[in-house]
Amino acid sequence: MKKRNLFEKVWDAHSVGELSNGQTQLFVGRHLIHEVTSPQAFGMLRERNLPVLYPERTFATVDHIVPTNELNEPYSDPLADAMIKELRKNCEDFGVTFFDVNTGKQGIVHVVGPEQGLTQPGMTIACGDSHTSTHGAFGAIAFGVGTSQVRDLLATQTLALGKLKVRRIEVNGDLGSGVYAKDVILHVIKILGVNGGTGYAYEYGGSVFDEFSMEERMTACNMSIEGGARVGYVNPDEKTFEYLRGRNYSPDENSWDDAVSAWLSFSSDEGCEYDDLVSIDAADIVPTVTWGINPAQAIGIDEVIPDPQRAPEGEAASISEAIEYMQLVPGAPIKGTPIDVAFIGSCTNGRLSDLEEVASRIGGHTVREGVKAIVVPGSQVVSKLAQEKGLDRVFVEAGFEWRAAGCSMCLAMNPDKLIGDQLCASSSNRNFKGRQGSPTGRTMLMSPMMVAAAAVTGKVADTREVFS
Amino acid sequence: MALPKIVKIEGQGIYVPGNDIDTDRIIPARFMKCVTFDGLGEYLFHDIRYDEHGNQKEHALNDPKFAKASIMLSDMNFGCGSSREHAPQSLYRAGFRAIIAGNFAEIFFGNATNLGIPCVSMAEPERNVLAQFIEDSPNGSLVVDVDELKVRAEGLELPVDMRPGARDSLMNGRWDPLDELLQAKLEIENISKSLPYV
Ligand code: SF4
Repeated sequence: MKKRNLFEKVWDAHSVGELSNGQTQLFVGRHLIHEVTSPQAFGMLRERNLPVLYPERTFATVDHIVPTNELNEPYSDPLADAMIKELRKNCEDFGVTFFDVNTGKQGIVHVVGPEQGLTQPGMTIACGDSHTSTHGAFGAIAFGVGTSQVRDLLATQTLALGKLKVRRIEVNGDLGSGVYAKDVILHVIKILGVNGGTGYAYEYGGSVFDEFSMEERMTACNMSIEGGARVGYVNPDEKTFEYLRGRNYSPDENSWDDAVSAWLSFSSDEGCEYDDLVSIDAADIVPTVTWGINPAQAIGIDEVIPDPQRAPEGEAASISEAIEYMQLVPGAPIKGTPIDVAFIGSCTNGRLSDLEEVASRIGGHTVREGVKAIVVPGSQVVSKLAQEKGLDRVFVEAGFEWRAAGCSMCLAMNPDKLIGDQLCASSSNRNFKGRQGSPTGRTMLMSPMMVAAAAVTGKVADTREVFS
Repeated sequence: MALPKIVKIEGQGIYVPGNDIDTDRIIPARFMKCVTFDGLGEYLFHDIRYDEHGNQKEHALNDPKFAKASIMLSDMNFGCGSSREHAPQSLYRAGFRAIIAGNFAEIFFGNATNLGIPCVSMAEPERNVLAQFIEDSPNGSLVVDVDELKVRAEGLELPVDMRPGARDSLMNGRWDPLDELLQAKLEIENISKSLPYV
C-alpha cells in the first residue's frame, strides 16, 4: 500500500465524496463553537428550518466576549451580554453541549477542547476560529472556518474543502535556555513568511517536537495560521496518549488500548512523501520578539530594528509602515524599548505550563511601576489548577492582576484593551494594527517568560538576563 | 434554492492600497459583537477611516467620489488573519460585489466565494494600471469577467486569475455549497458510523 502521511490518512478516512466543483466533501467529526462566529450560523439554520444533524458532535464555550474582571451577569456591556445569552439559547434549542461559565469548564475554545479530552488523534476538527490549528498538536487535522461553514457543519457535519499539500518542518537539536515553543514558531514564521503556508498543512517534527510537552506542541501548532498554514500538526506519540488518559471525553479504560492502536494507525508512515521539507537547526533559535505589524516581522532579542533603507526592494515599504506605526527607530536595538502593558494569556500561551514556568521564576521580582501586567488563565480548569498550586498568589505578590478565564487582551471584544498608543508585551499570537483594542495600540509578541521580563523591567528585555 | 450565476460583475472601482490588509483592519474586532451580520457594512475599515474621536480621516472610502464603488482593488495577501466571515460580510454589506488583489489569504478567499463575492488576483503592473484608471476616472465602469478572467475598463483589458473550483462554482450558481452537501445524507451517515469516535 502507498505510504501516506497523517494528513492524507485522516483526510481519506473522512472523505464523503467529490463535489461538482472538484472540492472534497469532508466529514468533520468534532465541531467546536463559540459566541462570535456561531449565532449567525444558527440564524441561517432557523431561516431554512434545518436541524443540527449530529448535536453530539458539537461542543460550545464562551471566550471572546466574557469579561475577565466581572463574573456576574448581566455584563455591563449589553452587546456581550446579548451574545452569551444567544449562545446559551442556541445550544438549548439545538441540543448542543455548552461549557457555560457556571460549569467550571468554560475557557478559550482551543484550551478547553484538549483539556476536556475532546481533541484526539486522527480526528477532523473544525471551529469558526482560525486558531483551531492548535488541536493539531494531538495528530488531528484541525482548521478554522467561516460562519457559513459553521452553518454547513451544523446542518451536515461536512464541509466543501480543497485538499492541502503537506510541508514537513523538522526542528532538530537542542534549544538554548530561555528559548521556548513560542520562539520556535515565531522563528518558523519569520523564515517562511506570513504567506509561506498558503495551501499547505504543516507537519512539525524532529527532536525538538519529540521532546516538547503537549502544551508546547499546542503553542507551536496554534500559530501555524500566522504563517498562512490553515493546519499544523504533530504525529501522536506516548506523550499524546498520556495527556489524554482519564480526561472527561477521552476513551475509558476498557476501550483505551483499542483507541491507542487506532490513533497510532493515523501516524505518518515511515518513508512517506511530503510536498515540501524544511529543516531548522534548533541552535539558530533565540528568544524572539516581533517589532512590526505582522507576526513574521520578528527578530532575536539581541538584534536591531530593521532599516527600510537597507531592506531588499519590495520590503522597504512594509517595513517603513510597520516602524512608523510601532514608533520605533530603524537600527536601534529592540532590547530596551519601553512597554506599558504586559499580557500573559491567550490560546497560544495561557495554559498551566506557561503560568507555572513564569511563576517559578518570578519570585523576588516585582512589576515595574507604571506597567499594567495581567495574567489570564486560558480556562477555568487552568485557573483552578493554578490556584491549587498557589500560582495566583505568586503573580499577585509580584504585582500582576490575576483574572478569570477568557481571551482577554488577545483581541478587543471584552473590557481588556490597550489605550491610545500603549505598547503591550504580549504572549498572544497577533500583532496586527489595532488588534488589542486601540486603533493605535502597539503589540509585541513574545514568550510568556519574555513578557515577564518586560513586565519587571518596564522594557523589552532578555529573559535569560533578567531571570538568570 | 437556486443561486444566481455569477459571471460578470460591473461597477465602479475603488483602490485601497496596502499589502497584508488583515481582517482586523477590514472589520475591527470590537464591531463583531453582534448576533447578525446586518449592520456590519457601516464599520468597514473603520479604524483607518476614522480617528479616535470619530472624525473622518482622509481615505478613499470616505471620498464621495467613490461612494458608489462596488469593486475593490487592493494589493498582496488581502484578508489575512482571522477566519471571521465578518470581514467579507462587511464588504458585501457595504456594497462590494467583487475584489481584485495581488492575491488572497486562503480562508478569506473561501469565505468570500461562499458569499458569491468573486476574488480575482492581478499581477502588480496591471494593478498599477488599474489603480491609475480608478484615480483618473472615479466614475468609470469596471467589469470583472469571471468567465474570461479579465478585468475591463474603458480602453483596458487586464488579465486576472482565479482558482478553477471557485470560478466554476460562481459561474454555475453553486457558490454556496450547502444544498449539494445536504444531498449526501446516506454517505455522511456511513462515514459517521465508520469512524472510531463519536
Ligand atoms: S485567545 Fe485570541 S487568538 Fe485565541 S481564540 Fe481567543 S481571541 Fe482568538
